[in-house]
Amino acid sequence: MDTTMSNKAKNGLGLVSIVIMIWTIIPLLWIVATSLKSDAALADPKQNVLGNFWPKDISWDNYKLIFSGGASDLFVPALWHSIIVCVVATVISVALATFCAYAISRLDFPGKKLILTSSLAVSFFPVIAMVTPLFNLWRQVGLFDTIPGLIIPYLALTLPLSIWTLSAFFQQIPWEMEQAAQVDGATSWQAFVKVVAPLAAPGVFTTAIIAFFTAWNDFVFSSNLTAQNAQTVPAALNFFTGASQFVQPTGAICAAAVIVTIPVVILVLVFQRRIVTGLTSGAVKG
Amino acid sequence: MTTVDIKPEVSSQEAAHLSDRAKAERNLGWKLAGPAFVIMLLVTLYPICYAVYLSLFNYRLTDPAGRKLVWLQNYVTALSDPLFWQAFGTTFAIVVITLIVELVLGMAIAMVMNKVVWPRRTLRTIVLIPYAIVTVVSAFSWKYAAQIDTGFFNHWLHTLTFGAWDEQFNWFGGWFSSIVIICFSEIWKTTPFMSLLLLAGLAQVDSAQEEAAKVDGATWWQRFTKVILPNMKAALMVALLFRTLDAVRIYDNPYVMTGGANKTTTLSMLVGTETVSRVEIGMGSALAVILFVIVLIIAFIFVKLFKVDLTTSGRS
Repeated sequence: MDTTMSNKAKNGLGLVSIVIMIWTIIPLLWIVATSLKSDAALADPKQNVLGNFWPKDISWDNYKLIFSGGASDLFVPALWHSIIVCVVATVISVALATFCAYAISRLDFPGKKLILTSSLAVSFFPVIAMVTPLFNLWRQVGLFDTIPGLIIPYLALTLPLSIWTLSAFFQQIPWEMEQAAQVDGATSWQAFVKVVAPLAAPGVFTTAIIAFFTAWNDFVFSSNLTAQNAQTVPAALNFFTGASQFVQPTGAICAAAVIVTIPVVILVLVFQRRIVTGLTSGAVKG
Repeated sequence: MTTVDIKPEVSSQEAAHLSDRAKAERNLGWKLAGPAFVIMLLVTLYPICYAVYLSLFNYRLTDPAGRKLVWLQNYVTALSDPLFWQAFGTTFAIVVITLIVELVLGMAIAMVMNKVVWPRRTLRTIVLIPYAIVTVVSAFSWKYAAQIDTGFFNHWLHTLTFGAWDEQFNWFGGWFSSIVIICFSEIWKTTPFMSLLLLAGLAQVDSAQEEAAKVDGATWWQRFTKVILPNMKAALMVALLFRTLDAVRIYDNPYVMTGGANKTTTLSMLVGTETVSRVEIGMGSALAVILFVIVLIIAFIFVKLFKVDLTTSGRS
């Protein structure tokens, strides 16, 4: 169909595409711009260009503030908590989901549909509804404001998603190739390493990225189930304070926001195609 | 004769053998899938059931001794409280606005992504970025963009309207303008997911049918409403359902931007404050259960009324 499209239509669509991309990129550029403003520039539009958008003089003070200055006590531990909690929750749920999805796609047993339907259903539970009972329980058993106390509820976010996405991936894999390899004289282990693992790896990897994004994004659990010992970055951003009580922590918050955004943007830029497949294959036959 | 005699024997043996195999497969299946399934239910269903139980008590965390079974009293109190209905109204205002805008915008972006020749790859990558951005980060970005002292919205609008727009306009000064900014952030963040689902649906539309309609002289709008939309109804409904259920539990954006000021508290925020700030576990649980039931009702409406079949749409 593309061949029948006139040049005019092509250019028109190209133009619309550019508008869409600008709309997408402006809030990101804005948070970068704000993170590069000094406290003086934040308070005075005259020190910025493009309608108070970009600073005339770039300042790295906000990054110094969050990594070695006054806000580092809050930000650096929060960054570690975010990384630890999200990675552990992702690894646990993807490992469990791999076995589960393998069984669903390769074995015939009653309850397959039940597992898939419930994994989709629970991924739409309002997460805040889990907070109240967990808040009460964690207070009693001492899990409030601890790393495990956050990993467990994060599994509620990542596990259903992993089961659903990975099952969709695994059902597209031509598993007969494993038998074919064994017929050709490969041992079970060789068949697994040479055939099964390479076929399954992209799906597992993509699922892990999507699960990680979901965990990284969480604010509800972290802001309600932690105080400071396990607080992740999204929650910690709300507790930033300025250099003095008269200064707003705007710049520091934006610098911290840029830091937590960098890894996810890199993942998107590198694995765009796979992420799209993972996001849509579970929901719509694509 | 002999063959006739043997046949049933063989088939019954075969059946027994098969059922043994099937049984082994069944066992292995549950051994592999069981742990994930059980843990998933433990971390999701158990809290909900516990919330239902807790919601029947008048129970403050600071006063465990005063815990008293009050049956449905918390629900009666919650549903007769104007604050609840205010949060309900705010939540559904956000749901309706974002749903309509995202449906139109998401569809437009999906159609552009479907047809565009250049810059095809770049567009698809850039559009995906907001999906991956932390919601709180998006909230801060839009909040600071709208704020009078740090922001650029007022400056840009002032320039674009040749000075008609007030440079000192306080976006967070009223309910409606606050909702507008909250919706902007929500729309920016979640439209990519919507448009990807719709793009997957668009890919299923038979291009030959569209061509045929074109040859028959159908206008663009006729082709869109008579050929494209009916052919991607399943994907459209799934996208709508996903988006609605996601929007109903909105929490991060209003929490960061307004903290609930100017009556912008949403249902999820109400549960949060009741639980954490006021430690009213009983009431917080009741509100959580109400929100849960609202989600169930919406899902039920979609599945029964609009016949969204989620389990088969994803399976080939």
